[in-house]
Amino acid sequence: MGYGQSSTHLDATFAALADPTRRAILARLASGEASVTELAEPFEISQPAISKHLKVLERAGLISRGHDAQRRPRRLEAKPLAEATVWLERYRRIWEANYRRLDALLDELRIQERKRGHSKPAVDLAAPGSTHSRARGSRAKTAKSPAPIKPTGEHR
Amino acid sequence: MKDTLKMTTGGDREIVMTRSLDAPRRLVFDAFTKPELVKRWLLGPDGWSMPVCEIDLRVGGRYRYVWRRDRDGTEMGMGGVFREVVVPERTVATEKFDEAWYSGEALVTTILVEREGKTVVTQTMMFDSRETRDAVMKSGMESGVARSYDRLEEMLASLPAQGVEKGSRK
Repeated sequence: MGYGQSSTHLDATFAALADPTRRAILARLASGEASVTELAEPFEISQPAISKHLKVLERAGLISRGHDAQRRPRRLEAKPLAEATVWLERYRRIWEANYRRLDALLDELRIQERKRGHSKPAVDLAAPGSTHSRARGSRAKTAKSPAPIKPTGEHR
Repeated sequence: MKDTLKMTTGGDREIVMTRSLDAPRRLVFDAFTKPELVKRWLLGPDGWSMPVCEIDLRVGGRYRYVWRRDRDGTEMGMGGVFREVVVPERTVATEKFDEAWYSGEALVTTILVEREGKTVVTQTMMFDSRETRDAVMKSGMESGVARSYDRLEEMLASLPAQGVEKGSRK
């Protein structure tokens, strides 16, 4: 499947994306191709420095050169960026689901704590078989039952 | 209104996640470290439960998580060792999945900062090598590359100057 090549690409992609100037350059190129001079304009760094960043981006396959021999404009290459984005997106979706459940749990723990006063450890309050389902009803804010989990976004 | 998750890359081996939670830090720390609480939220995608959640919260102590997909009983296990434990503000732990879909470990640093009754959680996941991170990314890429292209295209299309096509800015 050509994984070796793909792996090298991803490695270079992430290294390239780690730098804020390079991310800014990509954001600029997302709105259209631009020459090195044009790309250097918004930054307070020299043109050679910009050229160095462009070389990194080019090696990562994130940008390529246009056909105009005079301006040699750079333009965005969408594919490697998309590959890195897939992984981050999948990871993010899993954690977003986790954090939504955590929001509901923390709401519940705070309500329980307020009822009993501050000193009790939170764990007692969430023990299996406790009456948390009734307590939660008093402030049904994100009102999502902790178990069973309702499918909210089927496609992952 | 709940906060949204922010996720960025840090360096070339790190993923950094930040999320604000509407609760004091000690409650959040409990929710991250007490099994009976962790089991109620750290479930991953919808449709999974967490039958095993053991946490020995001390330096050198181990933790072990097993998730099960309720639909077909598929299980996925993961565990590691705590390297640092500072109640209620910080943990550092190794992380390794049972399935050999990547070799080596990741090191996960979780930092909780309380501000005006709210807690900001910052989790940094550092892979032990570039090879590991690449392998992790490959595993994630098997699904939905095409969908991501679509999303990227939508994003590019929504930008004001649609000049990505060749020659459109000449």
